[in-house]
Amino acid sequence: MASNLIKRKFFTLLKVQYSNMLEYRIEIALWAISGVIPFFMLNIWTNNNLNEYINISDVMLSRYFLCAFFVRQFSVVWVVFSFEEDSLMGKVSPYLIQPLNPFFRYFAQHLAEQLTRFPFALLIATIFFIFNPESIWIPNFGILLLSIISTLLSFLIQFLIQSIIACLCFWTEKASSIERLLFIPTLFLSGLLAPVVSFPEYVKSWIYLTPFPYLIDFPANLLSGNATNISSGFSMQILWIVLLFPVFKKIWSKGTKKYTAMGS
Amino acid sequence: MNLKKYLNVYKKFLHTSLASELEYKTNIFIDLITAILSLIGSIFLLSIFFQNNSSIGGWEFKQALIIQSIYTILNGITNTWFNPNLTEIVKHIREGTLDFVLLKPIDSQFFISLKKITPSGFLEIILGICLLLYCIKINQININLSFFTLCLITIISSICILYSLWFFISTTTIWFVKTWNATEVLRSFLYIGRFPLDSFSFSLRIFFSVFIPIAFITTIPSEVFLGISQFWKILLEVTVAMVFLFSSRKFWLFALKFYSSASS
Repeated sequence: MASNLIKRKFFTLLKVQYSNMLEYRIEIALWAISGVIPFFMLNIWTNNNLNEYINISDVMLSRYFLCAFFVRQFSVVWVVFSFEEDSLMGKVSPYLIQPLNPFFRYFAQHLAEQLTRFPFALLIATIFFIFNPESIWIPNFGILLLSIISTLLSFLIQFLIQSIIACLCFWTEKASSIERLLFIPTLFLSGLLAPVVSFPEYVKSWIYLTPFPYLIDFPANLLSGNATNISSGFSMQILWIVLLFPVFKKIWSKGTKKYTAMGS
Repeated sequence: MNLKKYLNVYKKFLHTSLASELEYKTNIFIDLITAILSLIGSIFLLSIFFQNNSSIGGWEFKQALIIQSIYTILNGITNTWFNPNLTEIVKHIREGTLDFVLLKPIDSQFFISLKKITPSGFLEIILGICLLLYCIKINQININLSFFTLCLITIISSICILYSLWFFISTTTIWFVKTWNATEVLRSFLYIGRFPLDSFSFSLRIFFSVFIPIAFITTIPSEVFLGISQFWKILLEVTVAMVFLFSSRKFWLFALKFYSSASS
């Protein structure tokens, strides 16, 4: 019964947010375009034959970067910025009264946005395939399912990390600068700009213990058919979620006690 | 007389925005760390490309570092001046407060593009200059007066192009209201400025010099520093900068005709 209620709430939220997002189609299309950096990186790699040294063929590398683009498209999180604005404007107060954690609202917002973005991402992929017809491939169903799950897990990890940072708004008001700080290692170490296999040894020795390679590199390798350790990848993703979730719960319950309802 | 008035007004701008920014001291500190990490990250990425190669697109590592340093300086300038003001323009138009700007006995473009300043971008500029000085040392570049003027001219032209690009996008806010994501697209394209233009394939090189003149912004000044730039390229950059500056001005005046105030 209770779970049914939560489900209904969640689907209603999702529906509302989806129609909300559809209104800003161009915005979301632009977001999709702004994610094309992996393709530029691919161009540097193949144009200078850099991939010879890491034993990845042109085709496999182009699939990798295409998948990295996709994973990034469906794991982008911006909850800090929404929450910061809402809390500075005092909009969080009405949300707190509702019998639903406001982060569900943001979660639905993100999922709805990904749904809206899907056709645009597909369009960009099609254009990519027109220019690189040799890299067309169809992953088998099992792999596709696994990579969707791992992308979702990657999204969850990032959502949790950002929600924890967002909760810092209760103390500092401007939490987005902390997010920008954390975005730097995410950008350079997640495999968005260069596959993690190409990293020098002194980085590779410790990077697999951090959450970063599981955000983009692992799902992208999985989907593109490049070599990766599936079981350890999934277990690390789940481990990070299990580690982060209690932190979020704790900081949320502490933060709401601290909340001062600004702007109202 | 007029110039003096504008200088005076600008002094006031500086004073007020610095005062309001300095209220968030921890924020500035975090931004400083972000700037340092970001520079380390980009050098790390560059070093991955040069792991097994001595040159990329004809650029050696120590030469490519010059591009990196110029990018860092320009990015600092963007973060200090262009970015905060752009956010303001969007706000002005959404909330209809552009009316107040237009009513002031001062040039509206001057007002909205210089009103705010984010001091944390200064560190990026300083970091970039330090890296540039280091590059001048390791590349054994001799500096004399004429060389210095030439470098200065190209960098100033780059700043003008960059400013015009940002200002173009903010001007389109008058029609589209929400252009936040359009700036993300520009930001992601500008990212390419971290790498030598010659490392890309021919078609992308054309794209980045004709459609979005990112090539002019970092590669040409770097070539000037290395003393390998042809004279026509410098001339071209100056011309492009003037055309951009002029047309962004015209575009703003044109766009203002379409401005219909919000909520009044």
